[in-house]
Amino acid sequence: MEAHDEKPIIYTMENKPIVTCAGDQALFTSLYNALAQQLPREPMEWRRSYGRAPKMIHLEANFVQFKEELLPREGNKALLTFPFLHIYWTDCCDTEVYKASVKDDMLRWQSTLRHHGTQDWLIVVVETDGKKKNKTNLLPRTSIMDKIRNDFCNKQSDRCVALADPLKDSSRSQESWSSFLTKLRTLLLMSFTKNLGRFEDDMRTMREKRTEPGWSFCDYFMVQEELAFVFEMLQQFEDALVQYDELDALFTQYVLNFGAGDGANWLGSFCQPVRSWNGLVLRRPIDMEKRELIQCRDASLLDLRSYLFSRQCTLLIFLQRPWEVTQRALELLHNCVQELRLLEVSVLQGALDCWVFLSCLEVLHRIEGCCDRAQLEANFSHTVGLWTYATEKLKSLGELCGLVSEKGPDSEDLNRTVDLLAGLGTERPETGEKSSSPYKKLKEALSSVEAFEKHYLVCGEPQSAALFLQDSLKSYVAEGWTLQITHTRKQVADCQKQLGQTEDYLQTSALLASDANLTDEERKHFCQEILAFASQTSSGQAQKAALSMSAFAQLRELRFRPATAVLHVGSALQLELCLCSLMPVPVHLEQLSASVLFTMEQPGQKIPYGSLQLPSLGLASAPPTLELSEIQDRSPSDNALNSTGVVCKNVHLLLRRQDSSTSMEMPGAGSASAAAVAMEDGMQQLKTLDVTLLPGNNIVHFTAPVTGTYTLRQLCATVGRVQFLLPHIYPVVQYEVYSQEPQLTIEPLSENLLAGLPQKVKFSIVTGHYTLKKGEALQLSNTESMPILHTHTCSAQILSSTGGENTLSIHSSEKVTSISLPPTLPYHTLLFHLEVLCHIPTSPARPESERLTNGEVRYRTKSHVCHNSGMASVDQKVSVDCPWSIYSTLISLTFYIPFKAKYSLLSAGKRKYIQVFLQNVSETNFRLDNQSLTQRQPTPTLELSFFNMCKKCGFLCVKWKTDPPACLQFSFSASFAPSDVPGAELKPYVYDFQLERVAEIRPGSGEQHCRTGALCGLEVSITRLTEPSDAERDDEETTETEGLRTTKLMYEVVDNSSNWAVCGKSSGLVSMPVAASATHKVQMELMPLFAGHLPFPSIKVLKYLPHNATPAIQPDTDSCLENDNLSLLDKGLDDQADTASLRSRGSVHSLGSCDQPQQPAPRVLPMPRLEPFAPGQVFNCSRGRQVLVLPAADDHILEVNAT
Amino acid sequence: MAVCVAVIAKENYPLYIRSVPTQNELKFHYTVHTSLDVVEEKVSAVGKALADQRELYLGLLYPTEDYKVYGYVTNSKVKFVIVVDSSNTSLRDNEIRSMFRKLHNSFTDVMCNPFYNPGDAIQSRAFDSVVSGMMVQAC
Repeated sequence: MEAHDEKPIIYTMENKPIVTCAGDQALFTSLYNALAQQLPREPMEWRRSYGRAPKMIHLEANFVQFKEELLPREGNKALLTFPFLHIYWTDCCDTEVYKASVKDDMLRWQSTLRHHGTQDWLIVVVETDGKKKNKTNLLPRTSIMDKIRNDFCNKQSDRCVALADPLKDSSRSQESWSSFLTKLRTLLLMSFTKNLGRFEDDMRTMREKRTEPGWSFCDYFMVQEELAFVFEMLQQFEDALVQYDELDALFTQYVLNFGAGDGANWLGSFCQPVRSWNGLVLRRPIDMEKRELIQCRDASLLDLRSYLFSRQCTLLIFLQRPWEVTQRALELLHNCVQELRLLEVSVLQGALDCWVFLSCLEVLHRIEGCCDRAQLEANFSHTVGLWTYATEKLKSLGELCGLVSEKGPDSEDLNRTVDLLAGLGTERPETGEKSSSPYKKLKEALSSVEAFEKHYLVCGEPQSAALFLQDSLKSYVAEGWTLQITHTRKQVADCQKQLGQTEDYLQTSALLASDANLTDEERKHFCQEILAFASQTSSGQAQKAALSMSAFAQLRELRFRPATAVLHVGSALQLELCLCSLMPVPVHLEQLSASVLFTMEQPGQKIPYGSLQLPSLGLASAPPTLELSEIQDRSPSDNALNSTGVVCKNVHLLLRRQDSSTSMEMPGAGSASAAAVAMEDGMQQLKTLDVTLLPGNNIVHFTAPVTGTYTLRQLCATVGRVQFLLPHIYPVVQYEVYSQEPQLTIEPLSENLLAGLPQKVKFSIVTGHYTLKKGEALQLSNTESMPILHTHTCSAQILSSTGGENTLSIHSSEKVTSISLPPTLPYHTLLFHLEVLCHIPTSPARPESERLTNGEVRYRTKSHVCHNSGMASVDQKVSVDCPWSIYSTLISLTFYIPFKAKYSLLSAGKRKYIQVFLQNVSETNFRLDNQSLTQRQPTPTLELSFFNMCKKCGFLCVKWKTDPPACLQFSFSASFAPSDVPGAELKPYVYDFQLERVAEIRPGSGEQHCRTGALCGLEVSITRLTEPSDAERDDEETTETEGLRTTKLMYEVVDNSSNWAVCGKSSGLVSMPVAASATHKVQMELMPLFAGHLPFPSIKVLKYLPHNATPAIQPDTDSCLENDNLSLLDKGLDDQADTASLRSRGSVHSLGSCDQPQQPAPRVLPMPRLEPFAPGQVFNCSRGRQVLVLPAADDHILEVNAT
Repeated sequence: MAVCVAVIAKENYPLYIRSVPTQNELKFHYTVHTSLDVVEEKVSAVGKALADQRELYLGLLYPTEDYKVYGYVTNSKVKFVIVVDSSNTSLRDNEIRSMFRKLHNSFTDVMCNPFYNPGDAIQSRAFDSVVSGMMVQAC
């Protein structure tokens, strides 16, 4: 019934629309080449029906000789063999010939065409010059054309075309050709439009009938494919593809409808069991076998789908859209599997896998065949799906056929394999030569275990697999996909176990054992793996395996007791860790140790309240929490608030670019090998032995012993050979164990200690790390100036939780006082009070320098003026021998002298008076008694008489008549007692002082009588009375001038009462030779202003110290004075000074300690200094003397001055 | 209808993932994770073409034999992935779109919650029930 029954048409793209040629065959043959060449040269616009966009197409045609058989019979829908145009060729130019034969032939041709209902015809009249020349007498050529037009084309004059001189290369011929070709193309297109339109209409009608019972998809398929073929023939691949896509959609819809319960009868043929699964065939443009199956309604679903796809693939490749092929292929494969399921087609198990596998590879091969390598590599994303799918299917096939099981395939598996191989059929001839055809691959893969492994390599080698798995694990961890992490870890564990990477395996096992995504059994299994390894008796080479603790347990909380985490040696610091065990079973730890590192610096941050909650490391990578702190900016001048704000301390963590670094790495969460855990060496460890960690939170205690500041660094749990290590404890946690030395402090009980009265002092002993044992005692070295009173028993108090009073026994021997202490525990404080009495040193205003009897250390009790109260103070050193030390402790106590004594020398004429002031400078009231002033060495020339006793505190005493000796020593004594304590013992107060004369000033014997207003001379003679002692000579300011040692003095004549006017220099410097009775005389002029007995002008003498005077070791004022004293004392006095100072010797300590002046030496300016002499040092002979001044001779007024 | 619904953070870690309990959860996690590559590819392709990207729905990401995976990306690059069963042929693109819209609305509500810390796993009950609605509807 088909037109091509007798002559099989090979459907290739060489198909062209058929144009039949009738008439003069020889003529046509001569023109054929030119025609076939020129026809496709220019495109033609093809206007389409149904609003489809017009297209420019290049027309080609297959010119065949006209036969009646070529014309389609009624009902034949074949389009490919349809002759679209019929051309009648003639070159007749002779009317006779035309009438005789050509016309008849044409008529016959016309009637045949008409009979078949074809109106697509064309008559071509070829005119050649050669023929015209021969028959010039004949009718003009148009007449033939006219005749033909008259005869055949009643209304279609365009159906007849003349072609002039087609074989000549003339412009006329070219014009004629082009108009002919245009005509031909137009007519062809008209025919296409008409015939295809008709065909489409028929096809649509046919499709509308699809609900009728007898309708067959296969028939319809063949019809629409015909259309697709035509479009393909016309190079309209897009349109061709549309036809197939419509078929595809229609079929899909039917299958879906079937699934919805609306089954069409014709679908029954597609529901037959699948017997062949040999995959897609894409190498051939048209798979005729499958096409015939469809035609015979014998195709299975896979056949239909395969065929349809192969056509789509072909067209897509023509359209240069290979990537759409891959995409569609994947969809198709998925879809087919679904459709078979939906249609409930029975398929041998594994058959579909074979089909999919083969199809995938076929598609990939096809794509590879039409693309170059670069293109392929750029488009991996399109092919990867197919590869994956193929891999999956191969894997499932392997599983199905027992090729991946360890035992190898059993008989059942082998049977199945044979069945599957049978369904593959034989290999197609067109791929047969290639060794890598999908068919061969699959066959080989299924044939043996080894071959399968060769083809399915992904998880073949654990070595490479582990790497891949680690990679993917890393990305899963980075993105926090817990289930994948677990799954991949399990695979990694497998690999590691196979590779014998024990440590890594254990680490992975630990992670898995703590993985909540696994079942209890699995977790226990992995935990058991660790414990089994741990309990293995370690052979020689086996080392301990150090694993990260993060998988094993988490440190949840850390607490110190006491909370300050600062404590002294001996007391117990409890370190309490809350460890959350992640293991599914209780784990017995042989040892849990915390490494601590001795830290030099002071603990920077203290944990508040001594406990620390550690954030549990969740798997989801939460961003770090904000660490905010407040800042205030205050202006430096007035402390006013300038600005305030909140500062985030960990900005660098929070404000990272999160696009580029997507993950926040978690410690220990990566692979086991990545987080290398190492024990840090050289650290002390806190240990707890035999701990059993139950699943969940466990509390472990440590005690910390050793002195120092420590930072917690690591935590290490040991289970047999396995150590779980927490490499860092963060934030930094420190504790401090300190050791305190025992300490003794002695301090006054009252604000100021008063000398001369019994005073209480407080002894406090902080025992520190020392234990006071029974019988141990403090040894206080006795000093004469400060005896320790132990009149009543004193008790000691131990400050501790228990408290308690203990009596102290105090024994005094000559040299030491020993206080036996009660036994006291370390880090306790022992308190007791003791009464001491500090004797008031005599003449505190003139303290003595002293050499100790041992002569070595110069040391003296210091007295100085207390600034705030004006009280002189005495520093009393106490040397204490403590039982805990071989060294003595030197403790200084400052006593204040409640009195201030001072004397002054007054002159009245020839008499001298000594005034002694005694002033109470303390806050206590005293009563005085028994005051007396005595001369210590009675001098016969002196008449001493007490004069007056002022009851306040001041005293007036007597003096002598004649010239005094160079030195006089007095002692003032009184008794005193606090006035508010009735019946208190009177204490003596002695004030020793001496009057010395260092220099004498006497006026020279000038004129005996002076007159007012007249100048008179004054001679001042200064005499050195004593020679400075050798020892003090260094201190004395001496200068060598011409071999003579001198000291400088400054004198000044001052007249306060305006009696005298000094003419010229009133002051000056004199150099006194350093020798006794050296005298220096100074002359000056004065003018008396009044008449009468005038007192001599007073003359001051001061020590002059030039600016270069010993600035470096400038002694304080006290020592200056004292040095002077000493330097001016004569031998005899020196002895007395010694005895006088003996009193204070008791206060001098024999122990080596440098005497440091309590007041810093005044800063010495580079200026000469003047220093006064002590009272009495300078004896002014002129003091109290008067000179008679006569009034001026011509004075009329008599002035009377009473002085 | 949906067998798995997932919300993936911009950094590709899961904010929310839920699948039908009857089936292998791991498989869905893998599926969703794999689909993220396609999402990335699609987003970057779109990003190149259009600076101002309006279409959040990415369409079918990744068909497998058994499932179809659809994707949706919010403007803040949070990804929604819905996996539906391939055998469920009644689902059209429009329905998937509307599911995504619903999901997006609910997600917006979650983000508006002042107690929700962006980046944390979603534990909102309201969101959960919306997802449940999507998963139950077809089953």
